[in-house]
Amino acid sequence: MFQVRIHGRGGQGVVTAAELLSVAAFKDGHYAQAFPSFGSERTGAPVVAFCRIDAAPIRSREPIVAPDALLVQDATLLHQVDLFSGLRPEGYVLINSSSSFEELGLSDLVGPDVSRHRLTVPATELALAHTGRPVPNAVLLGGFAALSGAVSLDSVELAIRERFSGPVADGNVAAAGEAYRFVARHRGELVSASTD
Amino acid sequence: MPMQPVKFYQTGSFAVGNRLLPPEQRSVQSDAGRTNSLNSGHRACQGCGEALGARYALDAAMRATDGKMIAVNATGCLEVFSTPYPETSWRVPWLHSLFGNAPAVATGVAAALKAKGRHDVRVVAQAGDGGTVDIGFGCLSGMFERNDDVLFVCYDNEGYMNTGVQRSSATPPAARTATTEAVGAEPGNVFGQGKSLPLLAMAHEIPYVATATVAELRDLEYKVRRAMSMHGARYIHVLVPCPLGWQAASCDTVRLARLAKETGLFPVFEAEHGEVTAVSKIRRRLDVEEYLQLQGRYRHLFGPAPRPDVVQRIQALADRNIRRFGLLEDEPGPTPPVESGAETVRT
Amino acid sequence: MLRQIEGSRAVAETVALCRPEVVCAYPISPQTHIIEGIGVLVKSGALAPCEFINVESEFAAMSVCIGASAAGARAYTATASQGLLFMIEAVYNASGLGLPIVMTLANRAIGAPINIWNDHSDAMAVRDAGWIMLFAETNQEAADLHVQAFRLAEELSMPVMVCMDGFILTHAVEAVEVATQEQVDVFLPPYEPRQVLDPLEPVSIGAMVGPEAFEEVRYLAHVKQLQALDLIPEIAAEFAGTFGRRAGGLLSTYRSEDAETIVVALGSVLGTIKDTVDDLRERGRRVGVVGIGSFRPFPAAAVRAAVGGARRVVVIEKALAPGAGGIVAQDVAMATAGLPVRTHAVVAGLGGRPITKSSLTDLLEAAGTGTLEDLTFLDLDRDLVQRELARMAQRRRSGPTAENILHDVGIVSARVT
Repeated sequence: MFQVRIHGRGGQGVVTAAELLSVAAFKDGHYAQAFPSFGSERTGAPVVAFCRIDAAPIRSREPIVAPDALLVQDATLLHQVDLFSGLRPEGYVLINSSSSFEELGLSDLVGPDVSRHRLTVPATELALAHTGRPVPNAVLLGGFAALSGAVSLDSVELAIRERFSGPVADGNVAAAGEAYRFVARHRGELVSASTD
Repeated sequence: MPMQPVKFYQTGSFAVGNRLLPPEQRSVQSDAGRTNSLNSGHRACQGCGEALGARYALDAAMRATDGKMIAVNATGCLEVFSTPYPETSWRVPWLHSLFGNAPAVATGVAAALKAKGRHDVRVVAQAGDGGTVDIGFGCLSGMFERNDDVLFVCYDNEGYMNTGVQRSSATPPAARTATTEAVGAEPGNVFGQGKSLPLLAMAHEIPYVATATVAELRDLEYKVRRAMSMHGARYIHVLVPCPLGWQAASCDTVRLARLAKETGLFPVFEAEHGEVTAVSKIRRRLDVEEYLQLQGRYRHLFGPAPRPDVVQRIQALADRNIRRFGLLEDEPGPTPPVESGAETVRT
Repeated sequence: MLRQIEGSRAVAETVALCRPEVVCAYPISPQTHIIEGIGVLVKSGALAPCEFINVESEFAAMSVCIGASAAGARAYTATASQGLLFMIEAVYNASGLGLPIVMTLANRAIGAPINIWNDHSDAMAVRDAGWIMLFAETNQEAADLHVQAFRLAEELSMPVMVCMDGFILTHAVEAVEVATQEQVDVFLPPYEPRQVLDPLEPVSIGAMVGPEAFEEVRYLAHVKQLQALDLIPEIAAEFAGTFGRRAGGLLSTYRSEDAETIVVALGSVLGTIKDTVDDLRERGRRVGVVGIGSFRPFPAAAVRAAVGGARRVVVIEKALAPGAGGIVAQDVAMATAGLPVRTHAVVAGLGGRPITKSSLTDLLEAAGTGTLEDLTFLDLDRDLVQRELARMAQRRRSGPTAENILHDVGIVSARVT
């Protein structure tokens, strides 16, 4: 089982992100379960959503305490909420930010073993550029596809098109694609850098 | 016009059963072929105004709908005395659910008929003042707001009679009830804000609102007929004296209803979409004492320790009604609800 | 076709396939998405003929269903928690009158303190109202139970409620095979009422019944529930035949045949329990699961047969009878009376507190070593409790308990003294 935890703030589409991820995994032929943690919902409040992906039917309903991957939609949460609690040693981390892990004060998260699994991507900027709205959720999923391979980019795009339509869908698909390439490129750099 | 013209052939031609009239002028009650929706054998008190009003109203509704009507009844006197296990005196399809939900249940019946394409079958809901003005008010307001196709008839005997004469928000000021006893500095019910359901119904701008009493059968039949000629939410408020609760003689029911109107305490009128359209004028105005003195629930205002000040306040209420609704021949018409800048409309 | 959709959406679409003629509800978390989904289907014309009525309260919602059902229409509503309590007079009225209304109960805790998250206190509050109460383990089952519910209700002339855990199921997105219209039409014929308001054949419905006949009328309600004990498995079997998958039934078992310790539960927590049991089995523990599908009527004989061979039963329930203990546990204990099976009540998940595999594992290990109490409150923070008790002992005006505890937990901001 592959467990993903998504953090953000109310109004940023965190719940939708988990749903889209589950739809993408479903289209890839997996079983998937997405659900929000239901804190007091209001715009700006920290929100957590979960997504489990597995090859077998998923029965458990408990919150994800030991995620294999973390998606952080809002970097302002970083030193406010314990986002990384339970993260598996080699767990993936994708943070929506144009700063690096070091610049974000998270150097301890990117040792040599895991640097390939941990990246930042400027998802909000990409979203703005392609959709005109600073909603980074679908974009981040594109990057996540490249980072972890847990879902394919094709399925991410299908999931986006199922949920949205017209220019909103087009923009998100384009942004997700660009995020995918961004992450793939940086991973490649990191891989080649680590083998130097 | 609220009263239909009746040709006089002999003294007493206002009589309900007068058949010396062309068929179309006869009352429904005069017809041996009437439904008799509320059949004899029910257990109402002698002189019960509600039993009279219910039969009048539902027979008129059955006539107007060609016998295709479903009745929904709230808990109360009417429901209790009409269905003493194992008997029922209803000759129409009849549903009793709870005390406070008659309007909503009626909405459900109307919705079912609509979904089934049965546009020919109509719905009448009925309740006492308790089930209308108090516990049923939320559901009633909702039904009004949605303009559900229901005629709601309230039989107002001004208290919770079936449970032993307790006060409702329809109980008039100074009246004695078991929860507003005639003791203390202010004996009887308080002089509160009042709660006029007819005016509240008008505030919802529903297609038809009317008040009536059991003293004027033809007027009540006419109003039910008129209401059934329309669709949407309609409301009729009928004053039904209760000999037991009002501590009046059982032979005075019709007289008391007439006096309520003739003193101005109970305005009789019609309204459509929030505007009063017709008023039944007082024929011979009387002071409120004539009405109050027939009822034991006001006896503490007279007798050894009289309260003329209270009677005066009640008279002032009657005077206000007369002014507000234009109940006297020479009084101007009613002032519609506040519409800033608009001219006062005369009917 | 299998689709990855929200539980509420699966239920909404399935209910629409059942061709309800009157749908009426008042919004309350976490039922909102279900009713919104049906509303869209009616407004767009996809579900017709159907009257969708937005009412002013839950009391009105159930009352509208009562009127509609008595007039011969298939009627449906949904609610949760506070809304269920607000309509409770009408809930009893519906079953007393024998009207086959179907309702979704999106299980949510009852306040005070106000809490929007899942537990079973709302269902437990109406367990004696005479409704048939079915519990869904997954969103697939939640959707499927509604089809069975209409069939069951109309055959018995009894209302049926389908319970699904609020948020945990209603707001979870997972794969569901929504039925087709053809399948549902085969399984669910048009509603033929036992009693109906009809101008051509007038009847009085809702008369007063006094001491001379009330017991008999109520006994017949009990008889109908007992009839349901036979009908529920029959309908579930027929459902499996028509739809090709299993849903419903009185109860289900998982690895319970040779189990020493059997866990009994209702609803979605069964999934987490099964994962826990698999882990424990790998460690050699003889643990099994019994999931109760029909809570009312309570399948006493089936429960007795399923757990009778075990040494102990651990009933995990999301509800509490203050001053008494477990609720489902009482029913289970009664069902196993006389057998050498010890019943443990475990109150868990109140107000949405997550029930974790880790806590369940510790719990079942304790059960296995005989160190589990008769009544346990899973993951109770005794420190928080002790502090409030100390406050209350210290002064009379100790303040509102909920606020005090939240203050300790750090959720409420600093008190202004």
